[in-house]
Amino acid sequence: MTLNTTDTVPRSRARRLFSRLEGPQTMGSGPAFWTVAALVLGVAAAYPLIADAWTVGNAAYFLIWTFMAMGLGVVWGYAGALSFGQTAFFGLAGYAYGVITINLGTAYGLTIVALLLSVAIGGLFALVIGYFMFYGRIQGVFIGIVTLSVTLVLETFMAQTAGPQWRIGEARLNGFNGMSGMPPLTLPWFGGDIVLYPGPPLYYLLLGLVVICYLGLRILLNSPFGNVLVAIRENPHRVGMLGYDVRLYQMLAFGIGGAFAALSGALYTAWGQYITPSSMGLTSAALPIVWVAVGGRRDITATLIGTLVVLAGFQTLTIYGSQYALVVMGALLLVTVLAAPQGLIVGAMTLLGRLFQRSKT
Amino acid sequence: MTEILKVQGLRKAFGGVVVANGIDFSLSKGAMHCLIGPNGAGKSSFFRLLLGEHAPDAGTITFDGSDITGLRSFQRIRRGISVKFQVPGIFKALSVRQNLEVAFQDHLHGHSLSATIREMLDFTDLRAEEMTPAGILSHGQQQWLEIAMAVGVEPKLLLLDEPTAGMSPDETRKTGEMLHELNGRGITILAVEHDMAFVEQIAKRVTVLHFGSIFAEGTITEIIDHPGVQEIYLGTADV
Ligand SMILES: Nc1ncnc2c1ncn2[C@@H]1O[C@H](COP(=O)(O)OP(=O)(O)OP(=O)(O)O)[C@@H](O)[C@H]1O
Ligand SMILES: [Mg+2]
Repeated sequence: MTLNTTDTVPRSRARRLFSRLEGPQTMGSGPAFWTVAALVLGVAAAYPLIADAWTVGNAAYFLIWTFMAMGLGVVWGYAGALSFGQTAFFGLAGYAYGVITINLGTAYGLTIVALLLSVAIGGLFALVIGYFMFYGRIQGVFIGIVTLSVTLVLETFMAQTAGPQWRIGEARLNGFNGMSGMPPLTLPWFGGDIVLYPGPPLYYLLLGLVVICYLGLRILLNSPFGNVLVAIRENPHRVGMLGYDVRLYQMLAFGIGGAFAALSGALYTAWGQYITPSSMGLTSAALPIVWVAVGGRRDITATLIGTLVVLAGFQTLTIYGSQYALVVMGALLLVTVLAAPQGLIVGAMTLLGRLFQRSKT
Repeated sequence: MTEILKVQGLRKAFGGVVVANGIDFSLSKGAMHCLIGPNGAGKSSFFRLLLGEHAPDAGTITFDGSDITGLRSFQRIRRGISVKFQVPGIFKALSVRQNLEVAFQDHLHGHSLSATIREMLDFTDLRAEEMTPAGILSHGQQQWLEIAMAVGVEPKLLLLDEPTAGMSPDETRKTGEMLHELNGRGITILAVEHDMAFVEQIAKRVTVLHFGSIFAEGTITEIIDHPGVQEIYLGTADV
């Protein structure tokens, strides 16, 4: 009897956790959805077998940005606070990764520690900014203005750190030109460290991280916490009148979004071994909003797919000139806002779901 | 009888508009009480003061034996006050079920959560609408949904601001029955109402608010026969 209860309690808890992979806050459920998802993952896993190392490294680059996009999806799409400054946490974590790894080196898996520390620093900074914003009763469009200001201030500050006095230990911040020469992620291994230069091993690490973060966010968003977030988006006043500390929830959501942006920033720096102030500039700050809006901000799957599609499209266009590509991005945002405000992927998925329903009946 | 709510010298002014002009008011545990008064008398403002949405200029609010005047709104709710607003405060894009989940999930979990949701869906006749976005319910159904959200947390004191506004006579009567049932379960109810027939249906005692002050208080018959009340309110009200 005793054995039975101690055995079933954790098991049912795990079951409840996994049951939250599906729920009202995320599109896609049932065997059909998960089969397609597994197939997509299978194709993604097989991709390095058919593509050359450079292309795979490039695909890894796309994956890096999805974390910042998913984080913005939580903050904007789910909690309803449009942040225009996720790049602040991205850039801060990028610089943090550089400073830590340049000072500590790559032995004993210290680059992984540096990655985790950078995410923590970015996330904490977001919590602090979130605290002052939400407890300072800043709302609506002013959240966009404050967050944009934060990222632009950081950009301006980092751009003036060219002098030799701007160093942290061994690491020179290097002003406008940015910081470079930090080591890539390095996994300690028995036969010698594995250095994750852009290529298949890094690609697999990132793919694994994307899967973990995506599934983790699905569980979080379908949990009671996610319920409160979307309720705050709909009617924050009522949520407070149900006994929730609305500002605390908003601050936590903002912290999560910041930590995800920081993960992107640290991975980006490890991937390319450089980080510049312009990564926190106006153009960089605007792009995540385009990715998330175009795919669909209110659904984490749409955000993920949309970001990858838009990034790939953007890179293809850049071949014809980067200014041209930016104009197309702006036009894409405009079309989305006018034609499918809930996002193109969400629109397409809703349509597909409806067709599927019809074919079943 | 013990008091659940005691308000002393409550005062609040917005510039020249005095919405609460030294209100002394108390409510005994288990009461079902109505607050009436002409438009702009300060009824909704009184609720907002009780809920901590407005900070009073003077006065104290004691709830269930402790002073809550300095507490933030969500803390007061956690003490056991619950509210249905004059304008339906529901989550329109979320399903009826999700509305109820958000309302109850903080107090209830697992089986008791789903049981309470089921009970409230039956109570409000919204079983068939469980998965419907709340925004496309009829006005009366939205009111009921919000009442369900307010009562499912098993509050000690339930504040209702015009719970029957926009309801058909049939819906109004049904709402009255609901409130009697809730009161029977021990929930103290304070309702703002314009519909005197409804007031007669639910309340034993009535308080009349006028220009932010308590103008009269008594049983329903005393209030209806009160000549001053007839003059300021009942004679001109559109009931
Ligand atoms: N935040 C505010 N700032 C300024 N004046 C306000 C504010 N809130 C309410 N008032 C004024 O206070 C007075 C009382 O308003 P209140 O909403 O409390 O009345 P009420 O009795 O609920 O009326 P009704 O029956 O129309 O709902 C009104 O004249 C209103 O214009
Ligand atoms: Mg009112």
